[in-house]
Amino acid sequence: MMNNQVNPINTKTHAVQIQKVDIYYGSYRAVHDVNIDVHDRKITAFIGPSGCGKSTVLRAINRMNDLVPGARLEGEIIFQGRNLYGKDIDAVEVRRRIGMVFQKPNPFPKSIYDNVAFGPRLLGIKDKRTLDEIVEKSLKRAALWDEVKNDLKKSGMALSGGQQQRLCIARTIAVEPEIILMDEPCSALDPISTQRIEELMLELVDQYTIVIVTHNMQQAQRVSDYTGFFSIRRTEDASTGKDTRWGELVEFEQTDQLFSRPAKKETADYISGRFG
Amino acid sequence: MSNLVDVGVYRSGVIRRNWSALLMQRFYLGTLVIAIFILFLLLFSIINQTIGYISVTQAIKAEQLSAQPLETLTSEELANILLEQTPRLLLVMVRDNLNKVATDQFTSTALKDGINGTVPADLADLTPRDLTGDAGPAAYARLLAANLTPDQLVSLIEVNVLKVEIEQSWSLWESLTQKAEIEAEVAASETGEELRFHSWLNTKLLTQRNSQRVEEAGIGPALAGTAYLLALTVLISLPLGVGAAIYLEEYAQENFLNRLLETNIRNLAGVPSIIYGMLGLTVFVNTFSSITQGRSILSGALTLSLLILPIIITNSREALRAVPSPIREASYGLGATKWQTVSRQVLPAALPGILTGLILGVSRAIGETAPLIVIGATNSISTYPDSPFSRFAVLPFTIYNWSSQPDAAFKNASSAAIVVLLIALLSINSVAIILRNRAVSKRV
Repeated sequence: MMNNQVNPINTKTHAVQIQKVDIYYGSYRAVHDVNIDVHDRKITAFIGPSGCGKSTVLRAINRMNDLVPGARLEGEIIFQGRNLYGKDIDAVEVRRRIGMVFQKPNPFPKSIYDNVAFGPRLLGIKDKRTLDEIVEKSLKRAALWDEVKNDLKKSGMALSGGQQQRLCIARTIAVEPEIILMDEPCSALDPISTQRIEELMLELVDQYTIVIVTHNMQQAQRVSDYTGFFSIRRTEDASTGKDTRWGELVEFEQTDQLFSRPAKKETADYISGRFG
Repeated sequence: MSNLVDVGVYRSGVIRRNWSALLMQRFYLGTLVIAIFILFLLLFSIINQTIGYISVTQAIKAEQLSAQPLETLTSEELANILLEQTPRLLLVMVRDNLNKVATDQFTSTALKDGINGTVPADLADLTPRDLTGDAGPAAYARLLAANLTPDQLVSLIEVNVLKVEIEQSWSLWESLTQKAEIEAEVAASETGEELRFHSWLNTKLLTQRNSQRVEEAGIGPALAGTAYLLALTVLISLPLGVGAAIYLEEYAQENFLNRLLETNIRNLAGVPSIIYGMLGLTVFVNTFSSITQGRSILSGALTLSLLILPIIITNSREALRAVPSPIREASYGLGATKWQTVSRQVLPAALPGILTGLILGVSRAIGETAPLIVIGATNSISTYPDSPFSRFAVLPFTIYNWSSQPDAAFKNASSAAIVVLLIALLSINSVAIILRNRAVSKRV
């Protein structure tokens, strides 16, 4: 167990603390015993082979997993001193405070303006001037303003893949979250668009805590301050021969250290490309 | 190398496969041609009955009434012709066309209360009973002139003065190919028949009430009844159907009960409509007669709503299900509640599919006859519906009724009514398709 001794009240340096988390889909345990302290205003990357549960953990942080029927979490995720899975916590408010950018750019089939203004409008902001300001500020922050400022009425779907993803980031920023979760945000993009998103992440981190899931280990090295390596565990029931798999966190460290001096052999094998 | 592939067998295999591919292509083309041919045949047989020669007899020629053609005369001049030729019938004409009180009270009610329209000031307080002698017809002629259009007056003259009667009718095909024979036959007739080229689809058909005489029969109240009925049906079934679809698709748990419900809704779409008619008769006409006023448009609309609800629910569910899940996820990810996600993202994206379901439902409802006969649509209604509680006539029933009349000319009138029904159906569908395309283009 890593980071067991962390003081849960210490929210200055730890934006989110994932403590002894098991995630179930129905009776199937997808993720077992994950403990991670996500540091405030740092980029944390989750890496690991497909099926290791890194996306599941990411989506647990803003309770997106709640949308999957039968999904359930044991353990605690602490955000600002409170358990996000506590009884008095509203998942809708959690998702407003902890935003999410998805693997495939998913702008709404609406104009660029309406895409960015959607979140603020959900919160009841109707004033045109306020919305204009939010849209401009968010698009500028997402480094998209200069490219689209003259046709904000254009469909968000008409942008290129990289622009769409930056639009999605702008849309997320518009509701002023404290944490931005990114689920493989560059896997559908070309290298140049990927580079722009990475630059954007490095710019945004002065204001936001970012957690990113990536298959690209170079990307994790380039952008992240901390990296968590997940892997698949499996057991075979001797009597039934049934194969059971689940994901576990193998190692969580500062990125430099994880890639240069991994503590576990499994991590070393993965990052050197020997498996996965 | 050449031993690896037996060239001869391989070649003949390719030829055979290409040949069967060509055969299938021809087969599909053939089925399409047959379908188009049948459609063409249908349209031809309808239009064939709608236009053609008719032979008419009349008691008196229009030229004997007026030097100018009747169509060019004013309402006053036409009313005067009626006054001269049929003074005794004017009271009945006023009562049939302008009365707004119960028929048996008409003669004892002051004209200003009994007439649906403008009444000259000097006649306002008089009742038909007060108007005796020559004063009556003169007053009625003034009322007719003030309230009826020249077209309506011309048709009154044709029916009551000229006494135009259609003796025989020919189809368009016969009219074009056997023109000489028809002319000879009409010329040889002893009753003084006159040949006219006549379109059964005309304004008289659209505006007049139903009648036992084909010369007077129209579909005015039936067309209005169908329009009223459909509007009410859409008003009832669209919110109900879309609401049920939203609940089933977005809120209900995926379980046995839900699956059972879905299967049953699909099956309901195939239940014969007469069964819905029996249900409507029992529930809406009889049990809830205090609300629906019995055999009313409302009862009919509720029954048709039941009939098309399965279609609307099924199509709406499929449209909702087809909304890409990344759109929902993005919305939830921004902190939208369930209802905000459904109302601001899912419903707008599903709107085109929902409208498709509505088109299918309305197309089915507009042609339904059986359940409405059970509910009490009648052909003998001669008043326009004025509230959801009115008795009503509907177009499909009029068509059925006319096509089973012994007078052959009614078959032509029936064909013309079919054309009206088809045009109504096409225009409703066009509106829905335009709305759907606008929703699609809005979605960008």
